[in-house]
This record gives sequence, C-alpha cells and structure tokens, in this order.
Amino acid sequence: MTESPVPTVDAVPPVDAVPLVDYLVLGEDPHLTAHQCTSCGARFFDRRNACANCGANQFDTVAISTSGVVRTITIVACAAPGVPVPFVAAVIDCDGTSVRGNIINCPPDPEHVTTGMAVRLATFVVGQDGQGTDAIGFGFEPINS
Amino acid sequence: MASDDIWILGIAMTKFGKYPELDLVDLAAQATTAALDDGGVTMAQMGIIAAGNLMNANAGLGQQLQKQVGQTGIPVYNVANACATGATALRTVIMALKAGEAEMGLAVGVEKLAGAGLLSGGSRKDDGDEWTPRGRYGAVAPIDGRIGTDTMPGVFAQIGMEYGHRYGGTSFELFARISEKNHAHSTLNPFAAYQKAMSLEQIMGDLMIAYPNTRPMCSANCDGAAAAVLVTGATLRTLSSEQQRRAVKVAASVLTTDPWDEACQILPDVNTLTRNAARQAYEQAGIGPEDLDLVELHDCFATAELVHYDNLMLCEQGGAVDFFESGAPFRDGRLPVNVSGGLESKGHPIAATGIANVWEIAHHLRGEAGDRQIEGARVGLAHVIGLGSACGIHILEASAA
Repeated sequence: MTESPVPTVDAVPPVDAVPLVDYLVLGEDPHLTAHQCTSCGARFFDRRNACANCGANQFDTVAISTSGVVRTITIVACAAPGVPVPFVAAVIDCDGTSVRGNIINCPPDPEHVTTGMAVRLATFVVGQDGQGTDAIGFGFEPINS
Repeated sequence: MASDDIWILGIAMTKFGKYPELDLVDLAAQATTAALDDGGVTMAQMGIIAAGNLMNANAGLGQQLQKQVGQTGIPVYNVANACATGATALRTVIMALKAGEAEMGLAVGVEKLAGAGLLSGGSRKDDGDEWTPRGRYGAVAPIDGRIGTDTMPGVFAQIGMEYGHRYGGTSFELFARISEKNHAHSTLNPFAAYQKAMSLEQIMGDLMIAYPNTRPMCSANCDGAAAAVLVTGATLRTLSSEQQRRAVKVAASVLTTDPWDEACQILPDVNTLTRNAARQAYEQAGIGPEDLDLVELHDCFATAELVHYDNLMLCEQGGAVDFFESGAPFRDGRLPVNVSGGLESKGHPIAATGIANVWEIAHHLRGEAGDRQIEGARVGLAHVIGLGSACGIHILEASAA
C-alpha cells in the first residue's frame, strides 16, 4: 500500500482510544467478535488451542450480533473495593451467541431490568490512562420500543 | 455384603464455626481421630489417605496430618477440586479400594474461612498508568464489574434467575423462602455454624449481596473439618457385628465435569454436569430419585438450591418451583432437603463440605441424628458442586444388618 485512502471524518475511530478487551471492535459500528470453530461453529471470546466442543483446531473470526435478549441478570450490591455498585451483570442472547456484559443506561433495579428484555450493544469510556488514551468498554442498553 | 462394595465404617465432623486458636492440621486431626474412633479402627489400619484443602492446596495437608496423628508411610493424595474437594477426597479413596490397592482408607477435608468475605471478585487490581492488553481477553484494565461479575453470589444469582426466565414462577420472595427453610432446619443441628431461625422479613431485609441473594441466602464462611474411614465389603465382613451394623453402604460415588455448552464460557453451567452425575449415580445405585429419604444438596446460595431440585431429578424438568411449593423439601415433607441447615446456615468450609454432607446422611441412616432424625431413613443422596466445574454425588444406604 503506497497511499492511504482519504478517510471520511466520522468513520475514523479516535486514535486515542483502545477497546477494554480485544473482542470489542471500535469504529463506526462497534461490535463484538468471536473465534468460531470452522468445524462445528462453536464460538469463543478467548483463544483456544482446539475447540472445546469438537476438538477441531481451525477458527474464523466472526462478528456477533449487536442486539439481543436478556437471559439472566443479577444486581451486584457487594463487590471488590473500587467497583462501583450497584450494577447489573447479565447474560445476553445475541442471536444464539451468549454474551456476558452489564446492563447500562438503565436504573439498576428489578423494576427496570428484567429477563426477556430487548437490548443492544452500547459503548462507554472506562477511563483515561496517563498517556491521554481512553479505554472504551461495552454494555447493553434497553431498546425502548 | 458383597466383597467389592464400599462402606463407610467411621465418619465425623467438627462443629462448623470459628476456631481462631486451631489451625488446619488441628481441625483435620480432630475430625480424623473422631472418624477413626467412630469406626473402631486406628491409623495403623489405613492403607491410603486422601486429604482435601482448597485455600492452601500446596501445603501438603495429608503429610502434615500424618505427622499429627500417625506416620505410617502409606500413600497420601492431596486433592483440591473447588467446592467438590471433599467429595473428591472420598472418591479418591473409594477408587483405591475398588482398584484393590487398599482395604481401608481415610478421606479428610478441612478449611479455615471464618471472617472471609467474597472468595472470588473480592479484590480488583488498579487500572495501570498505560492501557496495555493483557491476559486471555487482551484486557487493558480489570474487567470484573465492567463486563459482568466474578463474585460467586452474583454468578449463582444469575443461575437461579436464568431458571426463572426459562420456566417461570421464581421471585425474590421464593428464593428467600428456600433460605428460610434451611435456617429453620439448622435450629435442630448442634453442628451448624448458625442455628438461628430467620423470618422471611429478616432474610429479605438483610444486606443485599447480589440480587436476589441477600447475606443469609449465601453460604456461611466458617472453619471446619470432616473425615471418613472407608472399607471394602470383604474387610468389613471380618470386623465386629456392631461395626457391620453401623456401616453405611456407598451405593454410588460419581464425579463429573461440565461438558461443553454454548454459554458455559459466559456463565458456568452447573446444571448439565449435576444432571449427568445424578443419572450415573441413580444407575450405579440401582434406584431412582423416588427412592430417596433425604437429600443434602449444594445450596451455596438460595438460588442454587432451586436449580438442583431439578438437576438431581427430585422433580420433573422445569418443576422445581412446584416441588418447593408442595412442601416436599421441608423436613416434614415428602423428600426433605438440607435438614442439616445447608451451607447457608450449617456453613461451608469448602473442602470439608463434601464429607460433612455425607456425615449428615450417614447419621440419619444409622438412626443417630437425634432431634433432627428423619424417621426410618434408609437411602440418602449427598451432592456438591464446585465451579470450574466439578460435581460429586454420593448415594448412601443403611446397612441391612
């Protein structure tokens, strides 16, 4: 590549931002990715030497749906020092792939957070390091239909 | 008694609670000595020791115990397997006996946890000065609390809430009533760390840990030890009629891990491995859940007890709420569950738990459970599960003698 294409301004991820985890892809359409077994389709967010389901050892990278349904929750009131509480920890069924994440942009109480509710991926700034770089995390927010 | 059957000859537990003056070896030695006395045997007759301890798993507890009660040169297996550590110690001795490598052996489990807080997710590293990807997720900062929770009360809360999402019928109050049952049961157990009945209002109004689990709905961190002497049927036949009468048959001994499941990388699947273990255990014992007289199951949290009614097949699939509502798991019900008070009130010194619940069942089968005796109990099941995961199930039968 000799010359970079001229990027449109709002399509460029800020260079001073990094994802909280390597399976979060930032940019215009933030989304999660997974390693998918080419043999059986099992998906893993971390690296595996062989598929835990079928033992095959080839993986593709696939994008995970950014919307889903809350399958279970808890509202954590006691956590490690430094962890702001309460917060809602949840498992989201994103079109058949289970994803762990917090429910955000929503009051953390059983009246507002229920299993079965529809949610979508949202990002937020975790914090800024000493170099001025933001870490970007993800959670899931209610889809108000 | 068939020669290749395995029997519990002696079994003992310390009262669970706080022992600031005693160390792990003291507690393990107390339980060991009491189990040997209970069986009418000595260390000289043991052919193998399996010693369980989780929080100091590299300490060589078994050898330390030998120095405290008898160094006879026999093989020691120090085992650690999360909350299934005690059951793993039992299972290790049982396998050695079944393999013909010993005729009698000692399984012991001990833990000191009094005053411990959250055992997982109890501390989090500070964010560094520069975001640098680390670990299996390339995380630039700690993720506990940012991407879900590592705390056990929170993990098991999700497990119970997921059951409710799938089958319906659960509520904060329902889970609290399960806890109310176990705290009521504990009032009859002098070996329980806590023997106080708690009202539903007290339980629901107590400190919230991870909704819907409040503090009394969580297993109690405490100190304790339990030990068992196991013997082959062939050797038991050579012992006294009194020893044979009090021996309790191990009708099934099973240990499983979790097979892959789509969501198990996200939230531990405690259901499939428990169901698999239960199926194997019933098959080994040649009985079904309808033949059980009592069950001690792993109520590490009130939300966990509910799902294990189902996993142990004490009810139809999806029927755990109805099973509880029917009154079945209360001590005067059709199939009493956790008459010891369970982990929520008896306490959960991790490595001791998987032997202490067998002790509870054995005492009922011997007719020695005192005020909390389940009359006429002949068959019981003891279950533990440790995250990671490992599930241990033992089915016990009263001696026919």
